[in-house]
Formats: sequence, structure tokens, C-alpha cells
Amino acid sequence: MDESGAPAIQVDPSELHTHGHIEHSKKVFELNKVSVYYGDSKAVSDVSLDIYHRNITALIGPSGCGKSTLLRSLNRMNDLIPGARVEGEVFYHESNLYDRKVNPVQVRKLIGMVFQKPNPFPKSIYENVAFGPKSLGMKDDMDDIVEQALRDAALWDEVKDRLHTNAYGMSGGQQQRLCIARAIATQPEVILMDEPCSALDPVSTGKIEDLMLELKRNYSIVIVTHNMQQAARVSDMTALLMVELDSDEHNRWGEVIEYDDTNKIFTNPRDPRTDQYVSGRIG
Amino acid sequence: MPTSTTDAPGAGASQRRPLGASSPRYGERIIKAFLALCAGLSVVVTIAIVISLVAPTIGFFQKVPITEFLFGTKWSPGFGEQSSYGVLPTVVATLDIVAVSLLVAVPIGLLSAFYLSEYAHPRVRRVVKPMLEVLGGIPTVAIGLFALMFLRPLAAKLLPFLGWDSIFSFGVAGVAVGLMVVPLVSSVSEDAMRSVPRGLREGAYALGASKMRVSVRVVFPAAISGIVAAIVLATSRAIGETMVVLIAAGATSQIVPPWDVTEPVQTMTAFIGSTATGDIATGTITYNTIFAVGTLLFVMTLSMNMLAMHLVRRFREVYE
Repeated sequence: MDESGAPAIQVDPSELHTHGHIEHSKKVFELNKVSVYYGDSKAVSDVSLDIYHRNITALIGPSGCGKSTLLRSLNRMNDLIPGARVEGEVFYHESNLYDRKVNPVQVRKLIGMVFQKPNPFPKSIYENVAFGPKSLGMKDDMDDIVEQALRDAALWDEVKDRLHTNAYGMSGGQQQRLCIARAIATQPEVILMDEPCSALDPVSTGKIEDLMLELKRNYSIVIVTHNMQQAARVSDMTALLMVELDSDEHNRWGEVIEYDDTNKIFTNPRDPRTDQYVSGRIG
Repeated sequence: MPTSTTDAPGAGASQRRPLGASSPRYGERIIKAFLALCAGLSVVVTIAIVISLVAPTIGFFQKVPITEFLFGTKWSPGFGEQSSYGVLPTVVATLDIVAVSLLVAVPIGLLSAFYLSEYAHPRVRRVVKPMLEVLGGIPTVAIGLFALMFLRPLAAKLLPFLGWDSIFSFGVAGVAVGLMVVPLVSSVSEDAMRSVPRGLREGAYALGASKMRVSVRVVFPAAISGIVAAIVLATSRAIGETMVVLIAAGATSQIVPPWDVTEPVQTMTAFIGSTATGDIATGTITYNTIFAVGTLLFVMTLSMNMLAMHLVRRFREVYE
């Protein structure tokens, strides 16, 4: 931080979520010069960063900077979009997710995802949670799996008496927690969250944030968020993406301009653009 | 009420326009009436058809008891004193044709809908879908001839052990009708599948579901109402199909179980089509017979549509 006046949005350092020293030894993902294209146009350019085990890693940045695109390259969801293409390497532990031999369906069993808009299936609450474990052919008692997932998602007490009613009868916040329960029922190692609270009210948002901090004990979480306070509150590491333009301003793509401990990003960033963005002066 | 000062330029408030319309808006009313007329036309036509069916049908039932018509097993109208008016053979023949055609059209139509909606590359879909729809536009006469001249010899060659005594067979006609309605089934089902929100698919894919599982467990149940609609439409087409069965199924009035596919039959529509020629005298019993059969056809398709609507309401998965 320099002497360029008071930031428009003050993030109270005490609000920053820290657990003292952050363990950075174990990596889950190692991105090496990752670029994502939609057809001929580049959406994300040349991202290299490491994502750590049992951390919450936030991807922040202005609209259209490619943070969702980058997130979706971590479990090969971009494969579902015709014309999308990933260059570079995304190592998940020792294996490159974009290796020829890798089956994207297997990838998604290990790396779950929660979306911006709650998208439960138009089935019962129980069936929503059981969907993933059934796909995997899990052998344990399904009732136990469902109960455990709903407990882990802090939803069990609210829905235990109506497990077999349609999921669309729940509130938006409950639906989103159901989607989290659905994702953790398959026991993934990583959960990707694409702006999971942007369609929710502040109370539901608070519940999901508490849940994320709880889940962090067992899962590694990568979250895309529009909300800088949210990134400051929950994440251990933060990557800031910005939109870059080429010289004739014809093409635009996203780049990671800074990636560091969330603390440092919000209080003492290296890049002046980061300082301007997190203080609300650009973006 | 505060009146605005005249020195507010451009505000428009100083010369407030009256809230009541200055002129009655005839234009809007004329447009609305015209649109309502267009929408009402189909209702009027349906009612007109029903009315035109009713009078001769009543005339028919004054001569033939309704129980003899519905449950009689011998159909030979138009033979004077020797006539018998048991409609069952033609009804069974119609159902035979419908069964065979659905056996062909539903699997092929649904699977191609799955392919086009879930599996096919957009470029492939852009080529295949219009071609399927061309198949739906082929005149039924051409399909009837195709059945008689191509499918029938082919069937005899592939399945020689079935015993093909007649050149007419409801199996061949049914297959031809089935092929004819494949585009209808696939097109309507595919539209229903593609209107399933992308979020639902992504949710399932993100749980490590295979394409097959996403198609069967997520897309299919969410699209079920459209798929049932497609099958109902196809069934109605098959029940009402005349030209193909007239050409390829023969004109032998007999009750045939659906597994005797090599037998010739006469369906309800084929009876109407072959009897309703120019030289039939109005008011005769034969003339009235046509309308009685037509009324029965109408009742059958109507009750089937209603049943289907009921089923759809019960089983569909509603998404928001």
C-alpha cells in the first residue's frame, strides 16, 4: 500500500480470515501456462499458479475476466462447451488433467462443483443427494450417505422430516446448500464454487460462508466470487484476474495479475492495480 | 396538487397531457378482434367436424344397434341384407398397425432425439435434423408404394419362415407408418430435451455422471411431458394414417392378433378411404357407416389425448 489516499472500501484486517501460518507445502493443483480458448478467441491467458490442499482459494476480478472459465478448466467442465479448448497443463497431484488418457467423467468424480444459480434436480431432496453416489456405484448404505452429506452441509436438521419432498420446495439458500451436500456426497477431494452466493440473500450467504470454513477441514475449495469482502472473509489465498486488451483493442482476455496470501492481497499487494481493485477504485 | 411552474423547460409537466385517450383506439380493437378470429377459427372447425359427424352417425345407430356395432366381430357393410356391422375387426386392425408403428417409431425416434440433443456435435445436428424433417414431409402415397414395392419383398427375404401368403401385410404397413412418424417423434422430443436448462445437465456432469446417465436420469425425466406429447402425436398420426395402409395393408376384414404380422387387414381409415368414393349415395346405410366409423376414430384419438395429458401431469418433473 502506498500513500495514494484512503481506499474507498476499507477491509478491516481483523475481518481477514487467518489461521496463523498457512500451510503451503501440499499442492492440489499446479497450473502451468494455462490458456483457455472459445473457438479462436482467447478467454484466459497464460495462468501459472499452485492451489493448496485444504485451503480456500479465491479467484476474484471484474466481470468478463475469465475467472469462471479458469475455474471450469479445473474439472474439465469446459469440455461441455463446443469449441472450448485448454492449452497448457493442469496438474492434479501428479497427473495432467488434460492428458489424453484422462477421462473427464473420472475427473469430475474427484473434483466437485457448485454453481452460481442453485441447480437441484427436479427430484426429491434424498434423490438429489443420492444421485452422485449412485453414479459412482458406492456400496455403503445410501441412507447413511445421504444423512452424512446433509449433516456436513448443515442442512440435515432443516430437511430431515421432508427428505422425500421435491427440492424445489426449499428456499434458494437451502437449495444451494443442497447442491453443496450433493457435491460432497460423492466424497470428492476438491470443491469448485462458481459464485455460489451471488443469487442469495445476506443471511444465506453467511450460512454458506460458515459452511465453507467448516468444509475446509476436509476439502480443498476454490471459489470464484464477485464479492471482495467474501474473498477476504473466507479465503486463504487469492488470485486477482484482470481483463487485458491487445494493442488495437480488438481482443480481450483475462490474466492473473497477482496471486498471494489473501492477507497480502488485501493489505499489502505488490501490483498497484491490485491495490486499486481491492480498494474499489477500478474494476 | 402542486402545479409546475412555466419556467421548467422541457419537463412537459407544465402542459400536462390528459390521461383519458383523446381518440378511441379503434386500431387496437380491430387488431385484437382479428387475432381472436384467427385463434377461434380452429375451434370453430373442430366443432363443425363434430357436428357433421353426428347427424349421419345418429342415422346409422337408428338402423344398427350400438352393441352390435361395437362388439360384433364381422365387418361386411354394403352387402344389402347380408351386411354385418361389427366394427371390431377394423378397430383391431388399426391397433395392430399402431402397435407395430410405435414399436418402430418410439425407439428410433427417442434414440435419435437423444443423439441430436445430447451427443451430436452442433455441426452434425445442423445437417441431420433437416434431413430427418425432410423424411417427415414425404407424401404418404410414396411411403405406401415404398412399403409395398420395397419393404414387403425385403421382409420376405429377411424373414422367409413367417409365411408371406398375401402381398399385403399389416406388419409391413406398420413399419412404414412407423418410419414415417420417426421424424415427428424425434423432432418434438428433441425440442423438449433441448429446453431442459443447461444448469441441470451441468449439475449432473459435475457429479461425475456419464453422458448416458445425464441423458436418462436428468434430461429424460425433465423432458417427459414433451416426450409423451411426441408419442401421442405419433399415435394419432398412426391411427389416422390412411394412404399407407390402403396401399400396403390390403382390404381383408379380419381380426388378427398383433403377432401375425404377415396378415392383410383393413383398418378403420382404410375402410373409410376405400368406401367414400364419389358414387356413394347420401343417406344410405353405407354412407352413414362411414360417419359412424369416423366418429369412433375421433372418440379414440380424443380419449387418448386426454389420457396422455393426465399421465403427463402425474409424472413430469417440473423445473423452475
